[in-house]
Amino acid sequence: MSAVSQTSGAGADKIVLEKAFVKNWKAPISFGVVTIVALLLFVLNGREGTSSFKLTADATAIQLPVIQLPTVATGIVITVLLAGLTAYSAYRVQTERKTPLWIVAIFAFLFLVGFLAWAGAGASIPVYGLLLGTVALSAPLIFGALGGVISERSGVVNIAIEGQMLAGAFVSAMVATLTGNAFAGLFGAMVAGMLVSFVLAAFAIKYLVDQIIVGVVLNVLVLGLTSFFYSTIMTANPQMFNQPARFPRIEIPVLSQIPIIGPLLFQQTIIIYIMYVTVFVVWYGLFHTRWGLRVRSVGEHPQAADTVGIKVGVTRFWNVSLAGAVAGMGGAYFTLGSVGAFNKEMTAGAGFIALAAVIFGQWDPLKATMAALLFGFATNLQSVLGVIGSPVPSEFMLMLPYVVTILAVAGFVGKSRAPAADGKPYIK
Amino acid sequence: MKLELRGITKRFGSLVANDNINLTVNPGEIHCLLGENGAGKSTLMNVLYGLYHAEEGEILLDDVVQDFAGPGDAMAAGIGMVHQHFMLIPVFTVAENVMLGHEETTFGGRLNMTATRKTVRELSDRFGFDLDPDALVEDLPVGVQQRVEIIKALSKNAQVLVFDEPTAVLTPQETDELMLIMKQLRDAGTAIVFITHKLREVREVADRITVIRLGKVVGEAEPTATNEELASLMVGRAVDLMIDKGPADPGAPALVVKDLSVIDHVGQMVVNRVSFEVRAGEILAIAGVQGNGQTELTEAIMGLQQHVTGEISLDGKPLNRLSVNKVLNSGVGFVPEDRNVDGLVGDFTVAENLMLDRSDGEPFVKFGNLQLGYLATFAEEKVEQFDIRAQGIRTLVGRLSGGNQQKVVLARELSRELRLFVAAQPTRGLDVGSIEFVHTQIVAARDAGVAVIVVSTELDEVAALADRVAVMYRGGIIGIVPGDTSRDVLGLMMAGEHHDSRGAVA
Repeated sequence: MSAVSQTSGAGADKIVLEKAFVKNWKAPISFGVVTIVALLLFVLNGREGTSSFKLTADATAIQLPVIQLPTVATGIVITVLLAGLTAYSAYRVQTERKTPLWIVAIFAFLFLVGFLAWAGAGASIPVYGLLLGTVALSAPLIFGALGGVISERSGVVNIAIEGQMLAGAFVSAMVATLTGNAFAGLFGAMVAGMLVSFVLAAFAIKYLVDQIIVGVVLNVLVLGLTSFFYSTIMTANPQMFNQPARFPRIEIPVLSQIPIIGPLLFQQTIIIYIMYVTVFVVWYGLFHTRWGLRVRSVGEHPQAADTVGIKVGVTRFWNVSLAGAVAGMGGAYFTLGSVGAFNKEMTAGAGFIALAAVIFGQWDPLKATMAALLFGFATNLQSVLGVIGSPVPSEFMLMLPYVVTILAVAGFVGKSRAPAADGKPYIK
Repeated sequence: MKLELRGITKRFGSLVANDNINLTVNPGEIHCLLGENGAGKSTLMNVLYGLYHAEEGEILLDDVVQDFAGPGDAMAAGIGMVHQHFMLIPVFTVAENVMLGHEETTFGGRLNMTATRKTVRELSDRFGFDLDPDALVEDLPVGVQQRVEIIKALSKNAQVLVFDEPTAVLTPQETDELMLIMKQLRDAGTAIVFITHKLREVREVADRITVIRLGKVVGEAEPTATNEELASLMVGRAVDLMIDKGPADPGAPALVVKDLSVIDHVGQMVVNRVSFEVRAGEILAIAGVQGNGQTELTEAIMGLQQHVTGEISLDGKPLNRLSVNKVLNSGVGFVPEDRNVDGLVGDFTVAENLMLDRSDGEPFVKFGNLQLGYLATFAEEKVEQFDIRAQGIRTLVGRLSGGNQQKVVLARELSRELRLFVAAQPTRGLDVGSIEFVHTQIVAARDAGVAVIVVSTELDEVAALADRVAVMYRGGIIGIVPGDTSRDVLGLMMAGEHHDSRGAVA
């Protein structure tokens, strides 16, 4: 019997219940399916040749050797390893133990290596380029996810991330072009994201309209407005309105010389450095400051917050606005950091992927960042494989980021716990 | 600090919740506010705490008129409140809950946890609470959570403390401890307002008693008044606190439960190898503090739980693995714990709610069509029989009072041919008059030869109804004892101590 009694106070015991194990075959079954896919592709449908993994860019001072692997042998070895992990996972479930996350991580990594080796048979696989592109593609997702985390921690579901980002992208392009200053553009993006948030906050908090509906409507509204102004004003006179000044690349001394991660993380534009700071500040702020304690309290139990004198509506309003500003920066990254001009519908669903990252990341800024990186990686993998000529039809590869999103959210969402009052209006 | 309320009137639309209420509480005094559910006690206290704004009247602290715009102002003025539903954030630690709203910070805006931990330790040592400042509130038992609420109020230097129905969630032992704490606080000079509808507690701690009925002060009483005097003042008529109940005439075992276990979604054994039987024509009360597996046990019997092992049989026929519908059709009536969530559809009419579980065939449905004429006749008859006070059978159930809602549930469940009747917390939140009625109906069902299970956390109810009592603790049954077992013994069993006469099944 494991009923541990814990004495607290004068005799009041905590209710401790015995644990029972419910066998859950989800992990071994999914492992098994993936292993069969590996067997079909890597072994039975193996491709002749050698796969070379290129770890560093050509221009960097320190060069790491290119790793050469025989494709078929690699495929066989990896399939065997995957089968072994599947069996181990099944054995654990049989003996009433869970499959820990590190096994899932190793499994995913092995499959990925096998897949890259198979898809890039006879070609050179640019591992460095794959990772660099991941940072670039993840940046807007990370800003969007942070915006989602702040808003939802305060108790307002932020479906409007997409709209906030798109508004940010549009306004930053316009402002940066008009002023000739990229920083003014970034500021403009924050204001634009905030304005979208004001509408969400006003309807959700003051008028108690369903937050999901307001969010969806806002996305459509912003899409319509930006498309309209793009096709009327911007396309008519692009020099005047849609040639924003871009942020220059800044190398951080010393740190940028570290092999692989140096050029990856520390030879970036300022907006990426702002992103690093934002991730840290949001995490620190949420869990170690008065602001964070109050934000989390109104998102968990608004009535309790009210009874200690915290103004629930006001707190929610300003934090939803702040969330809009952060998501707006993600929009600015599209125009000022990567593309260099505004295009119609240029966020293309990134806001929704960011929302998935919020849920997958369990409403935690750091985990949401990791989730955004994963989604960014999946997106980039698809384009890199397109370049090196993978045998998989490109239509399938285009689905990859979304398949990863669905698998991630479906597989893990049951375990994560949303802020208790997320999405619920507070009525006194 | 002296608290005085003068002529407080609070209206919600046409409803007058508080009508010209006057109340004075002196420092070093426990003032009881006694009244039934819905009498307006909580409204009054929410006015005092700044959550509601009164239309008329004023609040004075030490003879100075106060104007509270919100709870923040009330707290700053020295009023603390221990709410009926704790105002604690479950995923925060004790220290975080205590500091919320008046946080101290150090360099870089970092929360000063060290200082708060110290405050919590000092206050909890002073009252012998033994609280761990870093424990998560959701992991603490309710009795300890309540102490966190008290510490929270004291840390803001509360001079007036309001306890709103504080004993509703406590075991008898925890209640006794709370009484001691209240006396301790009183002796330290705090003015205490104690809101309750439980007469025994009032007589134990009160220095003065004010009785409220339908929003008005109807009288003051001395702590020496008898239960009957207080009850009649509270209800407005003479009440009989014990219902008439003859000795049981138990027949053959009807419900037999063997080695029943229920596992919840996180893998805890919420019901742990429980075995018992209920005979036809007897009432088995399942006592225990809320959250010890009673809910899951009744849900398992009804077929509402997923991971169930063991056997359940009614009159020799197995009940487990049957759908809820088949369980109901084999003669089981069920009054769920929360009538608003599981028992009724608030936006349906009285008549529609009366046929909720009988939509699959005659006489209410023929060829897929509702038999509205038949339903109306049936509903009229039940409204009459169960004394449901509604404007008509087409009144929406959500508009009825708690007592009348519960009568609708009872009317529906008792109108079928029953073999087993399961009533979970059948009188929670009801007024004394409705409690009498519900109890009478339950005893009537027993006398008609139905096996009855009553789940209750109230010892008064257990004492009034039970032929035998099964006490649940941490998912298991700690013992089954005769219905006339003393409160003290039941109280100890509810706290997990095995009773000597365990197994002495009546």
